[in-house]
Amino acid sequence: MATTEANGVAIRTEEVRRHYVMGTSTIRAVDGVTVEVRAGEFVALLGSSGSGKSTMLNLIAGLDRPTTGAIRVQGRDLAQMESEELARYRRHTVGMVFQSFNLIPTMTLEENVELPARFAEVERGERLERVRASLERVGLGARLEHRPSELSGGEQQRAALARALVNRPSILLADEPTGNLDSKTGTEILNLIREFNESLGMTVVMVTHERVLAEQYAGRMIFLSDGKLASDGGPR
Amino acid sequence: MKTRDMLELAGRNLRESKLRNSLTTLGIGVGIASLVALLALGVGLQELASNRLARSGLFDTVAVFSRPEFRGFRSSERREGENTNESRDLRPLDEAARHEIEKLPNVVEVFPEIRFTSEVRYGEKSQFTFVGGLAPSARASDAFEKMQGSFFTSPDAEEVIVQMQFAKTLAEKPETLLGQEVTLRYAERQAMGAAGAGAGEPGDSEAASFSVVRRERKVRVAGIIESEPFAGMRGFGRGGIFIPIGLAEKLRPVGMSSVRELMRTSGNTTTYQTLMVRMSSPTQVQAAEKAIEKMGFSTFSMMEAMRSLRRFFAVLDLFLGIFGSLALAVASLGIINTLVMAILERRREIGIMKALGASDRDVRRLFFAEAGTMGFLGGVLGVVMGWAIGKAINFGANIWLARQELPPEKIWSVPWWLVAGAIGFAVAVSLVAGLYPASRAAKLDPVQALRYE
Repeated sequence: MATTEANGVAIRTEEVRRHYVMGTSTIRAVDGVTVEVRAGEFVALLGSSGSGKSTMLNLIAGLDRPTTGAIRVQGRDLAQMESEELARYRRHTVGMVFQSFNLIPTMTLEENVELPARFAEVERGERLERVRASLERVGLGARLEHRPSELSGGEQQRAALARALVNRPSILLADEPTGNLDSKTGTEILNLIREFNESLGMTVVMVTHERVLAEQYAGRMIFLSDGKLASDGGPR
Repeated sequence: MKTRDMLELAGRNLRESKLRNSLTTLGIGVGIASLVALLALGVGLQELASNRLARSGLFDTVAVFSRPEFRGFRSSERREGENTNESRDLRPLDEAARHEIEKLPNVVEVFPEIRFTSEVRYGEKSQFTFVGGLAPSARASDAFEKMQGSFFTSPDAEEVIVQMQFAKTLAEKPETLLGQEVTLRYAERQAMGAAGAGAGEPGDSEAASFSVVRRERKVRVAGIIESEPFAGMRGFGRGGIFIPIGLAEKLRPVGMSSVRELMRTSGNTTTYQTLMVRMSSPTQVQAAEKAIEKMGFSTFSMMEAMRSLRRFFAVLDLFLGIFGSLALAVASLGIINTLVMAILERRREIGIMKALGASDRDVRRLFFAEAGTMGFLGGVLGVVMGWAIGKAINFGANIWLARQELPPEKIWSVPWWLVAGAIGFAVAVSLVAGLYPASRAAKLDPVQALRYE
């Protein structure tokens, strides 16, 4: 697993802007945000809808590129990377979970979890081992051959977590992971994420609009409003 | 992503929308099938025309004649170098010339074209027909493929091979002729007075005189054949009976050739009107013709005819190929359509794959692999279907041939290069068709794709 020094800087954004041009108007989704996330932190990114928190997460994930500014992860600026390099970064450094789980419906759980390891060109034998270990870690070790549609929402999100773990990234990015779940299963998922954060030392950035949950699990809360940093609780 | 993983993913993706992908594959299959069927027909016809004729001896043989003596006519044709060639123009086509020609490189055989009329008697029946002398090399001709009985035991055996149509006129059941003796009645050329007038002066044809004597010879029927083998270029297609060339030479028959030959032949020397020079392959014909012409003889071959035949088939293949390719072009539109549809449908999936670390290149290769796989399967399917269609056409054609009372022919041929080429072409066309969809999939913005519900 790629690790960073304890208390080293995992993610640092510098005056990041992401503007979209829609016809004649410009939408400033993210407008000059500078934050620093230390390795091993559990950060909640909060804000109302349209505040730019998801765009921020996509920028950190390397799925989107900033219009201006820099995003440094482990010292390297994502804004300067070639698309091939950015893909490698997504493969090895970050794991992602989404509100709508985003499992591929035609694939079994095993195949879904295996996918990132395929992209990372992990050897077949090791790959299957890792897939099993990941699924066991989230309590789905017995459901390898099931398709996502045969699982409950909570189970699907756990499978997505297993998928995010399979390449052993150092950063976990979660976009409203409990948004489609009832509060009980949502709590289960957050417990798992906390466990990854604590026992595996993963840096977690979680986008949510549920302040109560964020307060309960996250070590730090960052609020965005209209694409700007509204408040940063700072490292505790 | 590793190639093997990619192919595996492509395969499972194809299996996901079975109906659509199999219909697309079938489309490619039909395109390839029409291409294969048409080209197989072209190739088959070409093989039929050229191989068969080449084996018949028509195309690897040079006919050699002595040059005409009409000097006036000759010199008006060729003025330069005439004086040096004058004596050569009169060079007789005799034993010495025959030996000289035999020593040329790549010459398989040199034999005179012998063809004469004879009465053939078998029991009560008597028929007139042409008798042709057959050189040993004629054995390779496919006229002997379906022979009943056997070829001559030796080049001067007292045996005959009878053509089926003619055999039917001799016996109701032609196969009963095998091993039986038939009598040939023919005219033999005999030298007279050669000893008196021309002794010691061989070649002095003015001094010799001839008589034509009726002869009989009993020969055994060795074989019966359906079609006629090559026994020289003149009168090809009119022989009823064939005898070994050695025997034919011994008989000294008065041929269907002109009186001129008679006049030129003395008792002691033989001059030939025509010699057939069989080369080891049609490609040797041109060089041999040049060498023989240098010796002072005229030549004739079917090379030019062969060349135009080849050109004709090249053009035919081209046209057949173009028509076949049209079907394939339609099929490739099917691939493009299927893959573009797949992109729309799998937009989210592509977004997910990118979020999980698939590079643009991975996505592009995946779509390429899917197109290529459909192309390969379609190609294999197409070759099988094309083969079946060709077989059906062949079957139909042979029914038609049988109605015309013609022997069956293989008018269709699928050589290995056509199989490999067709599958390769299917894959190549599919990959080209996949270019646009693949690059469109690769360029898909993952943020957009994941937002799309």
